[in-house]
Amino acid sequence: MAGPCGLVIFGVTGDLARKKLMPAVYDLANRGLLPPGFSLVGYARRDWADQDFAQIVHDSVKEHARTPYREEVWNQLSEGIRFVAGDFADDLAFARLHETILELDSARGTGGNHAFYLSVPPKFFPDVVRQLKEHGLADGPEGAWRRVVIEKPFGHNLESARELNDVVGEVFDSGSVFRIDHYLGKETVQNILALRFANSLFEPIWNANYVDHVQITMAEDVGVGGRAGYYDGIGAARDVIQNHLLQLLALTAMEEPVSFEAANLRHEKEKVLSAVRLPHDLAAHTARGQYAAGWQGGEQVGGFLEEDGMSPTSTTETYAAIRLDIDTRRWAGVPFYLRTGKRLGRRVTEIAVVFKRAPHLPFEATATEELGQNALVIRVQPDEGISVRFGSKVPGTAMEVRDVTMDFSYGESFLESSPEAYERLILDVLIGEAPLFPRHEEVELSWMILDPVEEFWANQPQPEQYPAGTWGPASADAMLATDGRVWRRP
Amino acid sequence: MIQDLPDTTAARVAAAIVQARHLAGVPAVGMVATLVIVTDERDHYDALRAAQEMSREHPARILVSIQRPGRVAARLDAEVRFLGDSGPGETVVLRLHGELADHAESVLLPLLLPDAPVVVWWPGTCPPVPAEDPVGRLAQRRVTDAAAAKDPMDALMMRAEAYQPGDTDLAWTRITSWRTLLAAALDQPYEPILAAEVSCESGSPSSELLARWLALKLSVPVTRTLSEGPGITSVMLSSGEQVITISRPDGRVAELTRPGQPMREVSLMARDTVEIIAEEMRRLDPDEVYAEVLMSGSLDSGGLDNSPDGSGLQ
Repeated sequence: MAGPCGLVIFGVTGDLARKKLMPAVYDLANRGLLPPGFSLVGYARRDWADQDFAQIVHDSVKEHARTPYREEVWNQLSEGIRFVAGDFADDLAFARLHETILELDSARGTGGNHAFYLSVPPKFFPDVVRQLKEHGLADGPEGAWRRVVIEKPFGHNLESARELNDVVGEVFDSGSVFRIDHYLGKETVQNILALRFANSLFEPIWNANYVDHVQITMAEDVGVGGRAGYYDGIGAARDVIQNHLLQLLALTAMEEPVSFEAANLRHEKEKVLSAVRLPHDLAAHTARGQYAAGWQGGEQVGGFLEEDGMSPTSTTETYAAIRLDIDTRRWAGVPFYLRTGKRLGRRVTEIAVVFKRAPHLPFEATATEELGQNALVIRVQPDEGISVRFGSKVPGTAMEVRDVTMDFSYGESFLESSPEAYERLILDVLIGEAPLFPRHEEVELSWMILDPVEEFWANQPQPEQYPAGTWGPASADAMLATDGRVWRRP
Repeated sequence: MIQDLPDTTAARVAAAIVQARHLAGVPAVGMVATLVIVTDERDHYDALRAAQEMSREHPARILVSIQRPGRVAARLDAEVRFLGDSGPGETVVLRLHGELADHAESVLLPLLLPDAPVVVWWPGTCPPVPAEDPVGRLAQRRVTDAAAAKDPMDALMMRAEAYQPGDTDLAWTRITSWRTLLAAALDQPYEPILAAEVSCESGSPSSELLARWLALKLSVPVTRTLSEGPGITSVMLSSGEQVITISRPDGRVAELTRPGQPMREVSLMARDTVEIIAEEMRRLDPDEVYAEVLMSGSLDSGGLDNSPDGSGLQ
């Protein structure tokens, strides 16, 4: 359980706040993980009183909460609900916010501990953070903490990421800034760490001597839907590769940290990210595409360029694939292929470590015709688990070796941006546990990797179309064929 | 456990499979392939039963795609069967209504097991070119059944025209035990074979393939004669005076006679679909002998080049 504290949400009228954040707060309360006197303050440009806002929270909890609705939990939570009306330039409103927080400290005993959740478009981050500073909200009384939570995207290139960091860093020290990547649940990170560093089975072969290549995939079955305006100009690489896939790459490729303390884990991730090298020929080793109309999972869906509010000449990619190499002794010569896309075959995120073939096969050629490469697949979602692929004899009189899969799914069905994911994120913020949130150094290293690719793409024609419901454009297959490899079917 | 999912999507079916696994308390599964059965309401029951029986030998995810085209709105109804009811693997019965019937691949693709080989089986009618069919393209092995066609001989001709590596036909798989026995019969020293004769009931594509195989491998003229059945009733290999005969009048036990040896009985059961499908799943690489026999052309049309090379049946 967290100590006495409150949570201030900016942008409470948004979808994210309504569907995820507020239900997650209730679920935490229902599970008894919030401190007595916990307070929730909403800030938005609406002419609401406290009880109007409470009604909004109530409705969103009833509709979206994961745990059952209980009147007594709600009553306890609703006593701490406040609302402050105003926009981000409104000095009076921030003054009222300050008063509200002081009132809560005395009436609810939140002890001056408050987290500010910026559920607003990134362009407003500087305004909000500056206002927090000017109205003395960024520093609590002696012994109390103030934290700020920002969601990806953390900028759109290295320069903007640095600007953003400067703005936030002026006001909050780096330990008080929580960068949330809602794709990357804590559970996932812990699972990868457990698999790699709790076992003696995998670590000896986790290197270039045995690994042929690594494929990291995050596929979504949805399109951009109502987010067309946000998505245009951002694209799959900035949206997913920069943060999520490069974090997964770092966790897969890093050396063993001396401990799982925040600093140690971060050092290892930064080390490996700084050793990442882009291919020289970006045309041959990257691919991108846009989904076209088609049938997906049994439903007829429209193409990216036909989405509401999308420019028909948009060059924003909905599919991106890149090859990266890591210049370390462990990974020399082992390419990491990263791909992500919308409207692909199915929703899945996974890390596939594909091993080299056995150096010698003492069988007749026909016996091993169907034998592929061994692979270890860490499935991040939809159901967390691990599968191992290896050759086995087919039952029968003939000697015939074929690939079989052993699939172990142990994790809960931990859905990306599920309410549960947000529960954990919010709880970590309130407890102040930061090790799994990326720091700005990692964010900057990721942009250093991606920026040259984005610059290259900026001068390319419109991305290739791929039919919705398939596994991406032909150029992505060609990209692997160049290296004599194929994408696995996830 | 059977879960009905009316008016659903592939994503929800996939979620139901995962949930069923969790509820059944089976965190670890090992399946070797996905078997897709493309069929209609009439044929699906028998095909599914055979497939589930087969999955005891080759644990597989079985996807049954039942097309119900017509002037109704596109809709997917699904039925997820898990363990117990359905053998060791997972079974999903998919009914594709309206326009969706033409886009079965969009439903099937998200439900294929990762990486594992895909086998598509058309127990009834099949597309003219299986390898170019949108569902057929998902698979590395495409199983058709000429015996189920209205005109089996015509079907064989179409298969030959459409053949691409990975195609196979159950009419061919059904004669595996005949071929084994014939090859064994010629393991001992024998007089040069001059002619062969295959007797079978009418409309049996298997006998046609067997006759073509004999013609191809022995390089002798092969005749087909009609009998009462069931299936193939006898094969005679003659070298002038001497004749080797395998006759199976009852579809169960065959009698092998050859000159100078006592008559011997050997079990040669007409096998059921379960065994045949299980055999198909055993090898998933292209069947080269089938291709050769299929493409050698019909005996009636004189498509074979009968120059003797004496290579025998091996």
